[in-house]
Amino acid sequence: MSDNPIISITGLSKRFRMGAGDFTALHDINLTFKVGEFAGLVGPSGSGKTTLLNIIGSLDIPSDGEAIVLEKSVSALSHKEAAMLRNIHIGFIFQTYNLLPVYTVFENVEFALLLQKKNATQRKKAVMEALEWVGLTDKERSRPAQLSGGECQRVAIARAMVKRPSLVLADEPSANLDAKNSHHIVQTMKRLNRELKTTFIFATHDEKVMEYLDRIITLVDGRVEKDTFMGSSKN
Amino acid sequence: MKKMITLKLAFRNLFGAGLRTWLNVFVLSFAFVIIVFTNGMLDGWNRQAYNDTKDWIAGNGQLWHATYDPYDPFCLQDAHAPITGKISELVRSRQITPLLITQASIFPGGGMQNILLRGIDTAQEIIHIPSASLKSSGEDIAAVIGKRMAASANLKKGDRVLMQWRDKNGTFDAKEIYVAEIFAANVPAIDKGQVWISLYELQKMTGLENQATLFIAGKQYPGGDVDNWKFRDVKFLMKDIDAVMAAKKSGTSMVYILLLALALLAIFDTQVLSVFRRQKEIGTYIALGMTRGRVVGIFTAEGTVISILAIIAGFIYGIPLLMLIQKTGIPMPGSVDDYGLAISDKIFPYYSIGLIMSTVLLVIISATIVSYFPARRISKINPTEALKGKIQ
Repeated sequence: MSDNPIISITGLSKRFRMGAGDFTALHDINLTFKVGEFAGLVGPSGSGKTTLLNIIGSLDIPSDGEAIVLEKSVSALSHKEAAMLRNIHIGFIFQTYNLLPVYTVFENVEFALLLQKKNATQRKKAVMEALEWVGLTDKERSRPAQLSGGECQRVAIARAMVKRPSLVLADEPSANLDAKNSHHIVQTMKRLNRELKTTFIFATHDEKVMEYLDRIITLVDGRVEKDTFMGSSKN
Repeated sequence: MKKMITLKLAFRNLFGAGLRTWLNVFVLSFAFVIIVFTNGMLDGWNRQAYNDTKDWIAGNGQLWHATYDPYDPFCLQDAHAPITGKISELVRSRQITPLLITQASIFPGGGMQNILLRGIDTAQEIIHIPSASLKSSGEDIAAVIGKRMAASANLKKGDRVLMQWRDKNGTFDAKEIYVAEIFAANVPAIDKGQVWISLYELQKMTGLENQATLFIAGKQYPGGDVDNWKFRDVKFLMKDIDAVMAAKKSGTSMVYILLLALALLAIFDTQVLSVFRRQKEIGTYIALGMTRGRVVGIFTAEGTVISILAIIAGFIYGIPLLMLIQKTGIPMPGSVDDYGLAISDKIFPYYSIGLIMSTVLLVIISATIVSYFPARRISKINPTEALKGKIQ
């Protein structure tokens, strides 16, 4: 693992307007993530895991403080710059997979590369490689509705990884999966983390996922309660 | 490249959406075919009226006596002048043919009917009036009339009827004419209330020897005034037809505007629903690195693609149908004759490249616009909420 920080969060707070007042989802968060980390934000529902993940992913901006992702301050990015950052450097994996239902597996995985204007040959090669990583080369023509939950999440992993991003943000990736599939997808991500040196940050409260994390950041009521580096996580 | 990807994604989304897409495509393609058909009908009618009027009366323009006004029958008393000088050379070289017009009355079956009596050169070949049939044999005056005139006066070929007219001094005279020919023309203006006789006969009857009210120009005549004779080009002579057509077109356009509006409403409705129902998809697009503007572009392009598919579908089933109608024509009821417009028994639609292209553009542009307005909402969507599929 490199010592370079890929993410640097300083004094970050996030407030949402709720009715007449504000609701503070994150309070004074200070965190640094290094390249190649396999870390998780854990905590109960409403603790601010997804909010923090969204800010790191430049889908949202902090109310106070700063989040520097890949040397760019999220607050200072224009819509276009944020979109470019996500398109090139950040992969997302969602709890409900968020696959595009009318696209085939191949087209879902190919999507990010289309936006990067890669040619058809490059796209085909990269998509097939990504599907191979997740063991779904035989499903390239299937549509999401024809796949199991585990398979859908593996497609989502392939979609996040196909562009070889520096950072993958996974929001409760195992929440809709059974134990066997949960282990399988986390093992897949762990392997990709090792082989491609991609940084993974999870938002999870799933014990099965936590077993694999190298670092666990516990959030409670929007504050970092604990930041633990695990010595012997599963590989 | 960027636009191509947007279109490609729009195509993928629509093909994936299945029946919803095809219903919109069908409704819009139907509107497209109807627009082409109704405009083709009017253009065909216009073209036929234009050609018939040109062939039967307008020629390649007319040279009018300075006081001639086709809407004022009282002007005919003075609207004539001798065929002399330069104009007579043009007549001799058959570039133009003279017409003398006067008022008269006929008395078919005991009743009286006012008519316009037109004298035409029996040797002319510029317009389709069968003037060769006007060569008199003996004392009787040969006349040709149109089928509408024949019907209204209850005359048949070979019938005789008393005609009364006034000569240049205002003195009444009367004589029998016989119907030498009944022609079928689609131009009521030369038919209803009109009797055609030999120019020479009419000049003799009225004492207006070697005089004419107007001249009809042939193809060789280059145009332009001659002495005091004012040249009226084809465009001028067709302005009544153009005005009637414009009025008819605006009336008919209401029908297809309504039809198009219904089709566009279906697209608008689909787009509004899409923006609400596809929140998660919109959030995913943004998370995968699309700008909101680009997502708006995809949703708008979906409307454009529907219109393109509608046009393709319209071509597939519309072309054979429209070609068949163009070949067989649409029979017109007899009552349309009363419009006073040149109209044949059948209208053959005319589909010009301009008509088809303008309709294609109309459909594409209007579908794109109605898709854009609901899609604009996307630019206000919060991606983190959209990712959860929350309706905003």
